[in-house]
Amino acid sequence: MATIGTNEMRVGVKIMVDADPCVIVDSDLVKPGKGQAFTRVKFRNLKTGRVLERTYKSGDSAEAADVIDTDLQYLYADGEFWHFMDLASYEQLSADQNAVGDAAKWLKEQDTCTVTLWNGAPITVTPPNFVTLKIVQTDPGIRGDTASGGTKPAMLETGAVVKVPLFIEEGESIKVDTRTGEYVSRVKEGE
Amino acid sequence: MVTVAWAPTARPETLRLRADLLARIRRFFADRDFLEVETPLLGAAAALDPHLSSFVVGCDGVADRDLYLQTSPEFAMKRLLAAGSGPVYQICKAFREAESGRWHSPEFTLLEWYRPGFDHHRLMDEVDVLVCGILGTPAAVRMTYDQAFEELAGWSPRDADMGMLRRAAREQGLAEDVGAETDRDGLLDFLFSHTVQPGLAGRGAVFVYDFPATQAALARVRAGNPPVAERFELLVQGVELANGYHELIDPAEQRRRFECDQTRRRERALPAYPLDERLLAAMAHGLPPCAGVALGVDRLVMLAAGASSIDEVIAFPISRA
Repeated sequence: MATIGTNEMRVGVKIMVDADPCVIVDSDLVKPGKGQAFTRVKFRNLKTGRVLERTYKSGDSAEAADVIDTDLQYLYADGEFWHFMDLASYEQLSADQNAVGDAAKWLKEQDTCTVTLWNGAPITVTPPNFVTLKIVQTDPGIRGDTASGGTKPAMLETGAVVKVPLFIEEGESIKVDTRTGEYVSRVKEGE
Repeated sequence: MVTVAWAPTARPETLRLRADLLARIRRFFADRDFLEVETPLLGAAAALDPHLSSFVVGCDGVADRDLYLQTSPEFAMKRLLAAGSGPVYQICKAFREAESGRWHSPEFTLLEWYRPGFDHHRLMDEVDVLVCGILGTPAAVRMTYDQAFEELAGWSPRDADMGMLRRAAREQGLAEDVGAETDRDGLLDFLFSHTVQPGLAGRGAVFVYDFPATQAALARVRAGNPPVAERFELLVQGVELANGYHELIDPAEQRRRFECDQTRRRERALPAYPLDERLLAAMAHGLPPCAGVALGVDRLVMLAAGASSIDEVIAFPISRA
């Protein structure tokens, strides 16, 4: 197994910490003029998303995490697994609830997602930054009210609930930023 | 088209501030009748401290063996002192392999000076005048190494054995980090940088002095229970800015420490460097009792400019060298 020395622990490098794959988000040398050198590393656990710190003595090493990001098309969910396909190889992969997590509420069939694989198995699923989804339920719109700035909840076809302006109607499609969960714009049929 | 990063990483106003600080430093020493000196950056010997790594330079046709970029001008400046130079200072480049980070650059600028007849307390007074004059901070607070731990970490490292140090790390939630560290001074360095220095971050200038005898480096050790090294560090906002000694002048003890460092280097499979016989010969001739200090000029500029990375105060850091 490949190892990563303290001098290679740079931002973006993926290492194993406490048996979990992590990506380094910050790294700095801690070294007294006279004394032992350390590398202080801030990393994000790719399974939990938590950011933690660890200090390595210079010359120490960590195991490299066999982690890659792949763009896969979302096919369908069967109640237990979410199924994805590599459009180049037609190879299919299934991700469980732990890997999909909150992304589930943005997954629309045939959208392309970033699936992070650890040792070949999905550990996280990142939906596209923007998705277009149909509103399946919301209170009746107030026609023409584009200025008051008021909002109301709307349930989307994937089950997600977002705040939309008052003039938006049931059955319309809207564009949503999945990173913030916020309404971006109305999408006309065919766009 | 390929874009080549040719431009300086420091802003013009930072470079002007840097030039202004260098001029003020030179004026400070001129006013005190110091001799400004220059000593070789390429030396036949290297620092033997196992925590320092020197760049080796092949010198075909010039020297009959490899030379080393100096990690500090200390050895050569002490040879000048032994020759009767009186108070000397130098502003020069120093080189430390594998040191790169927000506060470190493998090539950096050191201000180093020596005061015959001074001990470390008198030298701290002088460092205080220079640094507080430049940074505009109030006079530095002084605390011993033990007091620094007691005040900022809540426990004393005095007489602390490995078990106690590991327990202290565990109580700070740092047990995973220190892992299998077996060296007591390595563990102390870790705890100092992770528990004491963060506590000093909100403070102005603080001198920490009288270090454990095992961390004497080139300082005298004062007998006592326990014995302590007459060494100090100046920390400003928790950043190590200077390191000084009431200098060791005994050549036999110096040789013993060099040999001890060489043994530690061998044990850790670190590169072997030649021992500086010229320094030992100068000390045998007679190094006057003195105190000396090295101060990181880049860090001083960083603090004065409020910079968050050393690259902001160096025109061309190693990535653009």
